Amino acid sequence: MLTLSQVNKRYPTGDRALTDIELALPRGQVMALIGPSGAGKSTLIRCVNRLVEPSSGSIRLGDTELTRLSGRELRRARRAMAMIFQEYALVDRLTVMENVLSGRLGQVGFWRSFLRRYPADAVTEAFRLLERVGLPHAIDKRADALSGGQRQRVGIARALLQDPQLLLVDEPTASLDPKTSRQIMRLIRELCAERELGAIINIHDVALARQFADRIVGLRAGEIVFDGKPEALNAEILTTIYGEEDWDTQGEVGDEAGAHTPEPATRLALASGGAS
Amino acid sequence: MPVSTTTQGTPIWRLRTTRAQWLQYLGWLTGACLFLLCWKVISDNTMWVFVEDAGRQGSDLISRMLPPEWSYAQRLWKPMWDTLNIATLGTLLGIAMAFPVAFLAARNTTPHPLVRSAALVIIVASRSINSLIWAMLLVTILGPGVLAGIIAIALRSIGFVGKLLYEAIEEIHPTPVEAISATGAGRLQVMNYGVLPQVMPAFAGISVYRWDINIRESTVLGLVGAGGIGLQLNAAINSLAWNQVSVIFVMIFATVLVSEWISARVRHAII
Repeated sequence: MLTLSQVNKRYPTGDRALTDIELALPRGQVMALIGPSGAGKSTLIRCVNRLVEPSSGSIRLGDTELTRLSGRELRRARRAMAMIFQEYALVDRLTVMENVLSGRLGQVGFWRSFLRRYPADAVTEAFRLLERVGLPHAIDKRADALSGGQRQRVGIARALLQDPQLLLVDEPTASLDPKTSRQIMRLIRELCAERELGAIINIHDVALARQFADRIVGLRAGEIVFDGKPEALNAEILTTIYGEEDWDTQGEVGDEAGAHTPEPATRLALASGGAS
Repeated sequence: MPVSTTTQGTPIWRLRTTRAQWLQYLGWLTGACLFLLCWKVISDNTMWVFVEDAGRQGSDLISRMLPPEWSYAQRLWKPMWDTLNIATLGTLLGIAMAFPVAFLAARNTTPHPLVRSAALVIIVASRSINSLIWAMLLVTILGPGVLAGIIAIALRSIGFVGKLLYEAIEEIHPTPVEAISATGAGRLQVMNYGVLPQVMPAFAGISVYRWDINIRESTVLGLVGAGGIGLQLNAAINSLAWNQVSVIFVMIFATVLVSEWISARVRHAII
């Protein structure tokens, strides 16, 4: 569904953020993108929806070549790709409902959105989504009155109101506690399954990535150094991605009980690698 | 060098090198000399005979101001009302014009760097001219009266509100803007959803603050014929009616006090 080929990104400062990225994401696959801070994970997903302009290469979503779009066409293409952010990126002074409805901005004219007169089906869908993410009571609250986990749920509802084909998820759990992190990852996972959504999830926490992703891609200094099943991820590969470290630290991270997903027997509990 | 080593080999640290320390002493000495020199020049140019009886002149002026001729206040309500209208309408007109200018001037919302330069020129031009001077120019063009005052206040306010607002726009969090752009929203929608809610408190605070300043500025616009209570003040001073001047002072003082109180309350309520 999403195909990246020969994608390069070089910032004006001369820093090479991405080198010859080749990646294909089939429909419905949840892919975790791991790698140290500064490896280019955020740049990669921002190149897909063109919040960052790739320097060269081709990115295709279905039949659309995304790198050549501009103006109206780019806006239309962006509707199909919803993004979820690390710091939630809600507009604090707007209500939860306004934040969720802003997911429809690409399909609603300026004056309708200015007057907050959204089509009835968008409003119905927003109610349904807020129910689905577990926030039916918070509709009239202002976004800054919510806790971190609740805010991320609003962010997810906003993304889904776009009715996207693809989710771009940038560090969804970096600001959340371990329990909420798991709940949020599980929610994203379930929603992807319900709607057959493809997702690219940037994530620092390797344990979470192994638990919730179908596929893991490791990025190091802008290059893909690993691409495979979560089970294939071992200490040696982690060293290739992150550099030398004693990865066998079972028990160092407190695993909270009650995770539904069965975990591989060889599971490594890992501390995450620094803030981004 | 701040870090040096004693003969025993232990390192010593001082804040400045010896050279920097001496240069600093020299700097203070030069500053003190300059201050004394200026003092002498001013003193030589002052006619001390006039200053010597300043106390007597001052008390004389105060005795002429007292008691204030309170009945004169009857004739001041209308000019005072004009003054308030000049300030309020001028502020409204000013912020209406400053609002788009600020969005064109902010680095993160401007459509083009050339537009940004033009917007900055408007802001600087408006700021560099005091409202009293704007009023003088406008009285020449439009003739004396309240209209010249309103426009003078508005023109001066564009720069003030525009500058503070565009700085607020440049300081917003970029991620909500990214998030709104990522939904496929258009340019104006991104402004409306991503930028505007973030700068609204700043905008309201700046506007009320400017209104408060404009109340004070509009009290003197009458001195150049642009309407309001300044006209009465000018007439009273020219006719040496000091007991009327004191009534005007009291009224201006009371008005400014009330406007400060209102603006403090409004800002408190918004932020």
